[in-house]
Amino acid sequence: MDWVNVIVQGTLLGGLYALFAAGLSLIFGVMRLVNIAHGDLIIFAAYLGLTVVMTTGLHPILALVFVIPAMALIGYALQVGILNHTLGDDLLPPLLVTFGLSVIIQNSLLEIYTADPQKMDAGVLETASFSLGDLQLGVLPVLTFGIAVVVIASLQWLFYRTALGRAFRAVSDDQDIAQLMGLNRRHIFGLAMALALAVTAIAGILLGIRTSFDPSVGGGRLIFGFEAVIIGGLGNLWGTLAGGVILGVAQTIGAKIDPGWQILAGHVAFLLVLAIRPQGLFPRISG
Amino acid sequence: MADPLLQISKLDAYYNDFQALYQLDMSLGEGEVLAIIGSNGAGKTTLMRSISGLISNNSSQMRYRGNPIGALRADQVAALGIALVPEGRQLFPSLSVEENLLIGGRLGRKGPWSLRTVFNLFPILKERRTLPSTSLSGGQQQMVAIGRALMSNPDLILFDEISLGLAPVIIKSIYDALPNIVGEGISAMIVEQDISKAISVSNRVYCLQEGRISLEGASKSISREEISHAYFGIT
Ligand SMILES: Nc1ncnc2c1ncn2[C@@H]1O[C@H](COP(=O)(O)OP(=O)(O)OP(=O)(O)O)[C@@H](O)[C@H]1O
Ligand SMILES: [Mg+2]
Repeated sequence: MDWVNVIVQGTLLGGLYALFAAGLSLIFGVMRLVNIAHGDLIIFAAYLGLTVVMTTGLHPILALVFVIPAMALIGYALQVGILNHTLGDDLLPPLLVTFGLSVIIQNSLLEIYTADPQKMDAGVLETASFSLGDLQLGVLPVLTFGIAVVVIASLQWLFYRTALGRAFRAVSDDQDIAQLMGLNRRHIFGLAMALALAVTAIAGILLGIRTSFDPSVGGGRLIFGFEAVIIGGLGNLWGTLAGGVILGVAQTIGAKIDPGWQILAGHVAFLLVLAIRPQGLFPRISG
Repeated sequence: MADPLLQISKLDAYYNDFQALYQLDMSLGEGEVLAIIGSNGAGKTTLMRSISGLISNNSSQMRYRGNPIGALRADQVAALGIALVPEGRQLFPSLSVEENLLIGGRLGRKGPWSLRTVFNLFPILKERRTLPSTSLSGGQQQMVAIGRALMSNPDLILFDEISLGLAPVIIKSIYDALPNIVGEGISAMIVEQDISKAISVSNRVYCLQEGRISLEGASKSISREEISHAYFGIT
């Protein structure tokens, strides 16, 4: 029973990792952009949530009403104002620019919020739990996993069932030909980044309720998100959820064996998948 | 003659340092069908890409309904009602047949073309509408590419080698559909390697050679000798 519990807890943790990863997966899929600042943007969203909570007294979950649109706007502006200018045949400029962005975000957060760890207070939500058979499940992890499933399903629906999703896929297939359809790729890229950072807002708030954070922890979230994307297979959203779950389960199993092994076990699982199936477990499928 | 629909004047086009078009002058009247012929590498595709905005030129080198469009982006040109059926079809592989058509119509310009009328023109596409575009035969893919361009209800449609790599019977069926397309009052520019085909469907013909116009004339009156002279540069 102990092990079942470990696997269930790991699966729920995987929901959070899938939320870290979904935005990365989306922008890589649409514009082949690897966003090194993604983790710092998650932390930025958490601080934004913290500020909203402190100034309005809202519950952190309700703060999403402000943080999601704010992050989406920032995403559009960031893409159209800066990142679009770095895109081309060469992969290096966007890497360098987003790396620079990562440094800027971290240092700005340090300036504004200092290096002290912060946490959002979600009241009973943090400790509430219920039992399912012999299992004791926390409400927050279950809620997080449920949100991750809803987010992935919504993105999947948007990608394959709406005109905007069609535009995303067309631009991803061939930017020139997509322009011939009257699609301005700069605008479409802006919308993709807006969507990615809207998801990042959710990830940031849930992270900030679950654990304490400080300006330096973005890099780790980037790695987890990145590993989930690669394990699941590039360009496959449900694969990204599966990747998050595999990473989460590997980490909790590692932690069960020895608490110091949590992070290491996740990396080992990632490397194993990479060695056995470099294209990921579920490479791009459509529909 | 009234103002031409499209007026190209002293058009130069470059790929980095390489100049592909030199001082091209060309005009296309409302409702006119132009054929563009020329050997491999003459610059036909470059001309199509310049008109549609995939290659950026000087603003005044191209006028559409009197307005300079040479420096516009491709999506802006498309919004004005110029559609390109690109060489090699270039469908979106991750979109189904129907989605390829729908995205062609996303500009929402008014006109005769819709999913229904495109399916009437090419009934086979209706049967295949849910399939990935890449699963179709070459001829069917070409029909999708033409339908996708028509879906924007263009006033000017550019065809770049729509018969390339297709079996003769398929080519015939595609060209048989052409009068239904230009009959709707749209103007067209047709790049075609098959000279007799090019001449039979067009009002006027331009021959390109090494980035320059080597011959221009009414399709009815132009002679075989003139063409082979212009085509191969035999003097
Ligand atoms: N992307 C490119 N970069 C550099 N040079 C190019 C590029 N595309 C075409 N060219 C050159 O420009 C010239 C004109 O090419 P273009 O494709 O317009 O010819 P074309 O008449 O369409 O030929 P084809 O009948 O083979 O399609 C050729 O010399 C070609 O080598
Ligand atoms: Mg060509």
